[in-house]
Amino acid sequence: MRLTGADILVECLIEQGVDTIFGFPGGAVLNIYDSLYKYQDKIRHILTSHEQGAAHAADGYARASGKVGVCLATSGPGATNLVTGIATAFMDSIPVVAITGNVASNLLGKDSFQEVDITGITMPITKHNFVVRDVNEMASIVRKAFKIAKQGRPGPVLIDIPKDITALYAEFEPALAENEVKDKEEDFVSNGAVDEAISLINNSKKPMIYAGGGVISSNAANELLEFAEKVHCPVTLSLMGMGAFPATHELYTGMVGMHGTKVSNLAVTECDLLIAIGARFSDRVISKIERFAPKAKILHIDIDEAEINKNIRAAHYIVGDVKAVLNKLNQNIGTIDRTEWLDYIRQLKEKYMIKCHDKDQLTPEYILNRIYEITGGDAIIATEVGQHQIWTAQHYKFTKPRTFISSGGLGTMGFGLGASMGAYLARPDKRVFNIAGDGSFRMNLNELATAVEYNIPVIVVIMNNHALGMVRQWQNLFYDKRYSQSDLDRPTDFVKLAEAFGAVGYNLTEKKDVDRILQEALSLKRPVVINFEISRDHKVWPMVPPGAAIEDVITGEYDLR
Amino acid sequence: MNRHVLSVLVENQSGVLSRVSGLFSRRGYNIDSLSVGETEDPKISRMTIVVRGDDQILEQIKKQLNKLIDVIKIVELDPDQSVFRELALIKVKTDMNTRASVIEIVSIFRANIVDVSNTSLTVEMTGDETKIEAFIKLMKPYGIAEIVRTGLAAIERGSRVINNV
Repeated sequence: MRLTGADILVECLIEQGVDTIFGFPGGAVLNIYDSLYKYQDKIRHILTSHEQGAAHAADGYARASGKVGVCLATSGPGATNLVTGIATAFMDSIPVVAITGNVASNLLGKDSFQEVDITGITMPITKHNFVVRDVNEMASIVRKAFKIAKQGRPGPVLIDIPKDITALYAEFEPALAENEVKDKEEDFVSNGAVDEAISLINNSKKPMIYAGGGVISSNAANELLEFAEKVHCPVTLSLMGMGAFPATHELYTGMVGMHGTKVSNLAVTECDLLIAIGARFSDRVISKIERFAPKAKILHIDIDEAEINKNIRAAHYIVGDVKAVLNKLNQNIGTIDRTEWLDYIRQLKEKYMIKCHDKDQLTPEYILNRIYEITGGDAIIATEVGQHQIWTAQHYKFTKPRTFISSGGLGTMGFGLGASMGAYLARPDKRVFNIAGDGSFRMNLNELATAVEYNIPVIVVIMNNHALGMVRQWQNLFYDKRYSQSDLDRPTDFVKLAEAFGAVGYNLTEKKDVDRILQEALSLKRPVVINFEISRDHKVWPMVPPGAAIEDVITGEYDLR
Repeated sequence: MNRHVLSVLVENQSGVLSRVSGLFSRRGYNIDSLSVGETEDPKISRMTIVVRGDDQILEQIKKQLNKLIDVIKIVELDPDQSVFRELALIKVKTDMNTRASVIEIVSIFRANIVDVSNTSLTVEMTGDETKIEAFIKLMKPYGIAEIVRTGLAAIERGSRVINNV
């Protein structure tokens, strides 16, 4: 059948199983929007307030569901507004397909109105990008883009389409979506590599698992649990790994690295074998490299060969899909008794595990704990970036994968609201929170309008310290309390603001009101903003000072004196 | 830091060169030279990239290049098993007194004179880098007006071809 380029694009999206796309129209994508109008029964378009919100929503959709998230923007500023969102997805290996319109082919390269070289701009922040130069290539490019986004280590792919291409006709042959896009090679794990890994594990007296986001993207949480229990090995997670292993499990030691627990950081320093699974040894994890896991051999399991020996030398590695590798290990490894090592870990936990400061004050820890209890740990928790993000990772007990949605690699303030909307649209069966700070929330709060329009019942919890808290914390600790541009003495009334958008707002001031307001917010099934004031000086502990070894983690004000 | 010669087969598509060169610059890898041209298959181009770095950097360069969708194959060429050639055009300042001696050196190097004027002489030479460097050094006293170099092109000796490596 002969269809326009725009129709072919939308047909291909439907073919790929896309049910929702996030976007914002404009001149260069008028034909695409005309097709979306035609196909509106088959594909839902969510109109955001800003293209950045669309990119974060597509990302949140992908993180919550494991499917590819899709966003759409016009040329020029529409395209550049996607850039932060694409970079966020790239750093965290999230499968997103971003589609941009561009000026007509004959205007390309002439500094035409709303023209920008978006493929040039996004080259370093996409797995790959395409320009559709010929309408006959439209279908194959869209199919390739989805394949690349999902395959191996996932990531964003951008397709740039000049306006004339969307109007031209070409023959379109429907195809079945390739559901199983994984290369056979990825599932292939050599027996030799597995045997060597098993002998390393069997010979280790003090093994430690350090798992990351790769466990979540390969849907391998169950396999990780089985593996850890079989080899009696404590587990620490990177920020991206939250939910890959149940925080309630006795083998769990908490997060590792800059804001990791003292238990995890000491265990990694003491262990004789560090088994890294779907994790990339980011600087936020290893800090001072010479003193990171100094007694350990490193066994690195990752799908991306380039991660092996990139930041740290591995004694042994297995390149492959984490799920396939863990399956193979689980089939071939025996149960090993490690009572002594586990006793040591237990003692560390008793001594150092972060305790909730359960005073009369309304603290972030308390609220997070109540959200966990009231939702039965079943909610999806998105965050913005800053202190509140780290408190969430530390104090909320994530027990399931795809329930913690946060910008780890890029650290994008303003990520959470868009992402939480995307997460809800992917998983409408779940309750979704966006834990925010006043600084981050203010960046992209315009998406409240979107949440109201589509009745997306996201509950935004603003931990309001009237400051850019993480910046302020660093200035407090390392810049002699010179608070340069980090105090936010702004009289924004977040309740009125929520109401102005048509959402519901609460001010939370008393600890005794927490449960009532949370329950009321959940019962409304509408977008809600809860503002609660916290102390400006409430800090994120523990913390590894810049340049220090992770074992020298500061656990609180007391340590500093 | 060691010098390595990489032969890289890539899709012959627009944007490939910026993908590869962008990767090198953003990750801070040093390129000595990069040359590129179509192969026996017009859909495929071949790049010869001369890089400097220790073994760890080289390993990363290869792995990161491999992640680019347009990169088909990467082979590091062993200097002992390969032919390396570069072409250089060198414009040397000459006058009546110096022209003859320049021509003499050109003929020793089996280079070609491709252009001549009252005040200059342009030499075309091919060879590996040491040969070209040696020639340039000898020309310096006469005064070099301009140098244009293509960067290295390299191929394996014997019947082996890159597709079968």
